[in-house]
Formats: sequence, structure tokens, C-alpha cells
Amino acid sequence: MAALLLISGVVFLVAILALIYRIFTLVSIAKGSTKQRVSSSNKINAILFPVLFVVGFGAIFIYSGIASENFLPAAASAHGSETDFLFWLTMAIIGVAFFATHLLLFWFPFKYQFKESRSAYFQPHNDTLEIIWTVVPAVVMTGLVLSGWMVWTDITSPAPKESVAIEIMGKQFNWEVRYSGKDGELGKHNFRKIDGTNSMGIDFRDPKSIDDFIARDIHLPKGQPVLLKIRARDVLHSVFMPHFRVKMDAVPGMPTQFWFTPIKTTAEMREELSKDPAWQKIDPDTGEPRYKNFNYELACTEVCGSGHFAMRKVIIVDEPADFNKWYNEQDSWASKNKDYLSSIGINLDLADNQ
Amino acid sequence: MSTVDIDIQSAADAHGHDDHHDHHEQGFFEKYVFSLDHKVIAKQFLITGILWAFIGGLLSAIFRVQLAFPDADLTFMKPLLGDWIDAQGKMDTEFYLAAVTMHGTIMVFFVLTAGLSGTFSNFLIPLQIGARDMASGFMNMLSYWFFFLAGVIMLISLFISTGPASGGWVIYPPLSALPQAMSGSGLGMTLWLTSMAFFIVSTLLGGINYITTVINLRTEGLSFSKLPLTIWAFFLTAVIGLLSFPVLLSAALLLIFDRSFGTSFYLSQIYIGGEALPNVGGSPLLFQHLFWFLGHPEVYIVLLPALGITSEIISTNARKPIFGYRAMIGSMIGIGFLSFIVWAHHMFVSGMNPFLGSVFMFLTLIIAVPSAVKTFNYLTTLWRGNLVFTPAMLFSIGLVSLFISGGVTGIVLGNSAIDIQLHDTYFVVAHFHLVMGSASFFGMMAGVYHWFPKMFGRMMNEKLGYVHFWFTFIGVYMVFFPMHYIGIAGFPRRYYSFTNFDAFSTFTDLQIVISVAAFITLAAQFIFAFNFFFSIFKGKLAPLNPWRSNTLEWTTPRLPGHGNWPGKIPTVYRWPYDYSKPGSKEDFIPQHIPFSQTPESNTDMENELGKLEEEEKKDLGKSSESH
Ligand code: HEM
Ligand SMILES: [Cu+2]
Ligand SMILES: [Cu+2]
Repeated sequence: MAALLLISGVVFLVAILALIYRIFTLVSIAKGSTKQRVSSSNKINAILFPVLFVVGFGAIFIYSGIASENFLPAAASAHGSETDFLFWLTMAIIGVAFFATHLLLFWFPFKYQFKESRSAYFQPHNDTLEIIWTVVPAVVMTGLVLSGWMVWTDITSPAPKESVAIEIMGKQFNWEVRYSGKDGELGKHNFRKIDGTNSMGIDFRDPKSIDDFIARDIHLPKGQPVLLKIRARDVLHSVFMPHFRVKMDAVPGMPTQFWFTPIKTTAEMREELSKDPAWQKIDPDTGEPRYKNFNYELACTEVCGSGHFAMRKVIIVDEPADFNKWYNEQDSWASKNKDYLSSIGINLDLADNQ
Repeated sequence: MSTVDIDIQSAADAHGHDDHHDHHEQGFFEKYVFSLDHKVIAKQFLITGILWAFIGGLLSAIFRVQLAFPDADLTFMKPLLGDWIDAQGKMDTEFYLAAVTMHGTIMVFFVLTAGLSGTFSNFLIPLQIGARDMASGFMNMLSYWFFFLAGVIMLISLFISTGPASGGWVIYPPLSALPQAMSGSGLGMTLWLTSMAFFIVSTLLGGINYITTVINLRTEGLSFSKLPLTIWAFFLTAVIGLLSFPVLLSAALLLIFDRSFGTSFYLSQIYIGGEALPNVGGSPLLFQHLFWFLGHPEVYIVLLPALGITSEIISTNARKPIFGYRAMIGSMIGIGFLSFIVWAHHMFVSGMNPFLGSVFMFLTLIIAVPSAVKTFNYLTTLWRGNLVFTPAMLFSIGLVSLFISGGVTGIVLGNSAIDIQLHDTYFVVAHFHLVMGSASFFGMMAGVYHWFPKMFGRMMNEKLGYVHFWFTFIGVYMVFFPMHYIGIAGFPRRYYSFTNFDAFSTFTDLQIVISVAAFITLAAQFIFAFNFFFSIFKGKLAPLNPWRSNTLEWTTPRLPGHGNWPGKIPTVYRWPYDYSKPGSKEDFIPQHIPFSQTPESNTDMENELGKLEEEEKKDLGKSSESH
């Protein structure tokens, strides 16, 4: 039945189009006797360009204001403010170029629409003009490249020695996060040691592993450099912390890393957002203003399978003192899984004495 | 409109007798199926490309429904999608990825590579350079049928129970290498790789032919410095394809080895499906380098023909020479060359050495310069022109607009520091859909409207063309421009839904606006489809040179037969852009009109050339008498 309806609908549409087509054709034949090079449509098309320009740029202008309410809050990391600045600087430059070229592109069709009486200006080239518009973009590009390059080299420089190192492992379909425990050093890992319990493949023969702990949420200290040691266990994933402007792929067999410095605690960010009308809106799910439940998040940005869109983890930035408190309260994974360790032949009490 | 330009016509007809044809009747199969005629092969590419465009478009409509209405009951799609919609009316998450992957693959390779280059390189190269056909008609036919075979295999993969390839059109391993990782990486991926292997063969056969033909078969007088920009564009495109597609083939081959023969080119230290795999020592980054070594040039393989086509159309319909002909060629060569050394800008945060990132940022931003030059040259061509808005002209102006709006964001993404945040977000989706998807699509449409009269001997309906253009132009902006905002807000691409994240739970209204705009834009394409197929049979008969254009194809009969020109192939005397030349009575002087016939518009140098022509003619006359 549905199919029948569909088919008759399509037939009907095609019939209507055929009719319109006939009418257009007949009208144009009737008009054709008047020996004009262009039809009256030429004028209509010519006018539509400037009209679209005004409406289009009006819409962009107005909507950009509305949309910006939903943009991410100001960067919560040191380097993020720099990349944000570069981003908006570049956007301003290209915005001007976009506007200016479209002003011409949408005005010329109106201004120079066909007139029998006029003839086009025969102008094959103009070397001065061409040199100008090769050199100007080249100079602008150079400026942008240099500023981008300086920021990029800073971001990708080796992590400071005092960084807090955290291991993040992507797997289908969640993240696992390991801290180095009291000794401040992450123990070794090996993909052959992975099993149902030891999902990160921690090598407990390495004494440094014994005090490592695995956290549910990611905690970070404010104002201290954080080094993410990133790996993947099965396919590619990508660590994306949008509020910190952090992104780095997680690659099986090839550890990667990214270091950055959080500059606002979660509480500070909530405080800051509470002044923003968009964040004061009541969230229907919780009945509270949105800013109250604001959280930093970790997402995956490299397609990794069916659960790609759900690889979320909450990130909490604390004052250093709070962070240390939290850090010291965590039990090591080994101490919580003594049975597992003895099943692989490691006696935890002995290891503790080492 | 039916003013036939008598004098132009007679110039071609003057060489009365038919020295080429061996009039034998061809059977249906020889004529329309396994044809060796470049014009028929071009039409085969075009019609296949159009069909694929509708399939690719349908897929985007399907996933746009999901994105706009993540909570809706999609049971109504069950007749189409079967088990991909579960009992609760939810779309399968892997199917979402499969649809995205197939959409991308189909659009990039089948529509905008085969459909665009295949159609217009085939159709226009012989006609615009004055050749009877391609250098090798047989290879040309093979090229189409390999493409067809690739298409059949890809189509089959859409219907298998484990689903088609689903790891994104870039098929990054290990995801694409391991059937344990997702069901689409099983048989679907095998079919994808097989199909692409045939597709690459098709592209190479076509490319070799285009290059050989342009180099060897240009008619008398047609030097490279008099070639229409279309031909320059097709030529450079073919060169780029010839250099880059084999690399994709080797990337695919190594992937096939990893998948089927237990090698470890791309695999290392993987634990999946409850077991540690034996593979060690491979690198997923190797694949990415190989893939993007094709992948980035591919962007220009898709774009350059569109730029060539629109240069020609804009010049014709502005009744004005293309501004900076040499600069246009120079920038195309520049873009072509640079396109090979920017690939790693897709990999800034892939884990590759950051120093490499700096190098590729430099190289990437250089490519903006020739692109800017092209834009300014387009604008200057419109300036003080006498613009005739045919549908082809509208689509060409549309292309310039899209090329700008999509191109400028490339400057943002090419900056590695900024790309950290934007990589793999909707900002990228917005960028490449405007600059590569829409711009090339507009070039293709412009080409169809412009050369339809030569392809089918009939005119398409202008008014429907106008309606089609305005719907499409406004439509693509409504679809892709808002994606910038979503991207700036950090939304990652290839997400089935955004409701899991607080950060991405906004913009729900905008998602609906985008989807509705997409549905309307897609629906508007049926106006085109109707106009196209209906006009093939019912269109007004086309005049010989409907757009009063200079290039050689308009000197052929209304429907050129086998061999294109019934008589001698015209000789070329001038460049293709003598529009509105001061002194000339008409506002165009076709390429085959000798300078000796146009003293009123010649420059001094051209008058000299005219004299030389006369002398040569005399010499020729003597020598042919003595034969
Ligand atoms: C009405 C037309 C179109 C719409 C509405 C549309 C929409 C989309 C959207 C929303 C995505 C991202 C999906 C996701 O990441 O989850 C996408 C992906 C893509 N589209 Fe389109 N698109 C259209 C036409 C085109 C055209 C003409 C091209 C040709 C270049 C194209 C090429 C691609 C590619 C290469 C991808 C990436 C696929 C992947 O991630 O593997 N699209 N499209
Ligand atoms: Cu993922
Ligand atoms: Cu690229």
C-alpha cells in the first residue's frame, strides 16, 4: 500500500514537472521571436545575488551571536588561551576576506548584468594587480604560519620534569586511567598481560606497578603541568579534552603523549559560568541551573567502532592541596586485587617490603 | 535563440568532403554499451555518476535523520533498512557508521572522481583539442567498465548481512583490519578493498589516456599556450591521479595482507576480542601516510576539473577573456605540485613527530597563495563583464563562492596549533563539504548545463535550471555553514548521537535546521534529474553554438558522430578567450578563425601572424597540388 502511494506520488510529481516544462518551453518559443540575447530571467538572477548577500550576511551576523552562547567556555589550560587567540585572529582575517570577496562576487552580477548596448572590457591580464594579490596573501600567510609555529613548538616541547604523569588507555569502548601512586612512577605494561581483570595489562613484576592506582574520574591539579601518556589497546582512539584544547590520538603499539597545564579548577569554572546567562538556564534533567553541574569531559575523536560516541570520562581539576589529598587516599590497584596478583604468582606483602 | 552563426558554421563546412568515415552500421551493444566512442563513454560515466550521487545523497539523508532526531522512533525506516533499525525503532550504531562511510566513499570516488573527471575529461578532451577520439578507445572503454565493476561490488556490499565497510572513508587500520573490531570490517571491508582496487585501475586507464591524448592529438596550431583551461585542468588532474592513486593501491594491498595473510604492516601490540594478537612491529601511522599521500591530492583531483570547467564557463558568459590566463595555469600547476607535499596536515595529532607537523604547516599554508590568486582572477573576470546568467554560469559563480567560503577555513585548519582543537570535529566536515564536496559538485552541475547541448543535441530547460540552482545554492549553505558553529563548539565527527556529553548536548535545534535543509536540498536535485532525463528526449533542439563560445567543440555538428568532425578537423589560430575583443563586430571570435580574417580586431603582432598564415596557406596549397 505504502509503495503504491509512493509510486503514484512520484508519477504525479513527474507529470506536474512535465507540464511546467511544456509551459516554459512554449512561453520561450513565443518570446523567442523577439530576438533578445537574454531573457528577463537574467535580470531576476542578477538581483538575487545582492539580495542573497544582504540576507545571508545578515543571518550569519545575527546567528553568530546566538550560536556563541553554545560555544565552549574560555580555555581551561595555559596553551588553550594561546590557540584560542590564534583561532579567533585567523577567523577575523578570513572573515574579512570572506566578506570582501563576497561583496564583489555578489555585486558584480548585478552591476555587470548583460546589456545589449554595452560590451565587456577586454582585459586579458594586468601584471601589477596579479603581483599584488600574490604578495599580499603570501605575507599574511607568513605571519600566520610564524605565530602558529611558535605556539605549536611550545605545546609540543618536552614536558617539564615536575609534570604529573598520567596514563590514559583507550579501548573499545571506554578509557582507563592509571596514576603512578606513591613512588611517582608508572610501572611497565605489556599487552600480553591483559586479561579480563587486568584490563590495562599492567606488569606487576615491575615493582613500580604495585602502588599504581586506577581512577574512575580523572583528577588533575590546577597550575601544575600534566603529562598524558596515551596508548590504545585495540584500535585507534583519540583523547579529546575540549575544555583544555587537548587532542592526541591513541595508537596501538605506539605510545603518544600530550602535556598541558590546567588553569581553572572545576569549582572555579562553575563559578565563572554562573555569571553567564546561557549557563544560568535551568537544566530540565536536574532542575538546577546548568553551571552547577558543569564538568570537564574527555571524549574520543577517532572513530573506533559502535561505541565511539559514548567514550566519556569526567575530568575534575582540584586545587593542588585537594588533589594531593585525593591522590593519597586512593588504594593501589594491586592492593584491591590481591587474589588476582597471587593467581599470577606475586605475593603482595613481599612486594611491599621491597 | 536559434541564431545559427552562419559564417562560423561555413568555416567548418568549407572542407566539404568526408575523408574519415567508414560508414558501417553499429549494433546496439557496440554503440551504447561497449562503445569505444569517447562521447558515449562520457555519457556512461555521467549517468552512472548521477545515479551514485542519488545513492550517496540518500545515505546522507538517512544519517541526518538520526542526527536531528536522536530520540525519535525510526520504525518508519524499517522497510528500507530492515534489521538496521531495532525493535525499539533505534538505528543501529554500526549502521550509522556504515552509512557515513559509504556516503563519503561514494561521493568522493564514484561521484566526484569518476562522475566528474570521467565525464568531462572524456567528453571535452577530444572535442576541445580537435581530435577524432581518445588515444586509445579500447582502454577508455575498459576504464568505464572497471568503474562499473567497482560500482557493482560496492553496491553489493551495501546489502550483505554484516554490513558494508564502516570505519570511515579513510579506513584507518587497525579498525578496518580486524573483523573483531566491528562487523563492517569483515566481508564489507573485503568488498570495499576489492571495489577500490578496480576503481583505481579504472582511474589509471582513464588518466593515461587523457594525458596521452592531450600531448599527442592536439589539432594543428593548438599549442599548450592556446589550450582552454578546461583541458589544462583535466590534464593536470590526470597527472596527479597517475602519481597518487598507485600509492593508495599499495596501501590497500598491504592492508589486504594484514587482513588475510597475517602480516603486520599496520598492526602491533593489539588485544581485542579477549585475546592478544601475535602481530608486532607494524604501524597504523604508515597507513595514514600512504592514505593521505593519495588522500590530499584526491581533494584536488576532485576540485581542479571543476575549476577548469568554471573558468571556461565564466569567461564565456562574462563575454570577457579569463583574467590572467597564464596565472591561472601557473596556479593550477602550483596547486598540483603542492598537493603532493601537504598530506600530513591530516595527521597533526596522529602522534607523528611534531617537527614534521611544523614542516607540513608551512607547506600547507603556501598552497593558499595560488588558491587566492585563482579567486581574485575569477572576480576580475566578472568585473566589467557583460554577464549572461545561464544555469551553468550561476553554478559557476556558486562554485567561486563555495571555493572561497570553504577555502578560507583551510587556513585555520592548516595551522597545526589551531588544528589541535578542531581536528575531527564538525568544523572539518563544514570545511571539506564546502570546498571539495559542494564546490566540485557545483562544477559538475555547471558542466552538465553547459555541455548538455553538445552531449544530447538538445537544450535543458533554463527556468528549471534557475530553480535548481537557487535551491541548491542556498541549501548547501544552510546545511554546511552551520556546521562551523557546531565544530567550534567541539562536536566530534562520526558521532551517532551527542546526548552522552554535557559539552555536546547543545545545538539540538540547529541540528534539525541542518537536516531539514539537507532534505530540501536533496529533493531539489530531483528537479535536476527530471530536467536532465526529460530534456534528453523532449528538450528544444540545440543551436550549433548556443552560448556563443570560442572553443572547438562548438564547430562540430549538432550531434557529432563518430570522429567528431564530418570533414577536416579545424585548425586553431588563437587562444580560446577572444571575447569582446575591441574592434570585432561579434563579441566572440572562435579559436579556428584565422587572424587574416579579423584585421579589424587584430593587434599589430596578430596582423603579422595573419600575414604568415596567408603565406603558409599558399605554400600548403602548392604542396598539396603536387601530390
Ligand atoms: C546533501 C548533501 C550532503 C550532506 C547532507 C552531507 C552530510 C554529511 C555529514 C553530516 C557528514 C558527517 C557525518 C559524521 O561524521 O557523523 C558527512 C561526511 C562526509 N561527507 Fe557528506 N554530505 C553531503 C554531500 C557530500 C558530498 C557532495 C561529498 C563529496 C565530497 C561528501 C563527502 C563526505 C565525506 C568524505 C565525509 C566523511 C565520511 C567519513 O567520515 O568517513 N558529502 N557528510
Ligand atoms: Cu572512538
Ligand atoms: Cu589535505
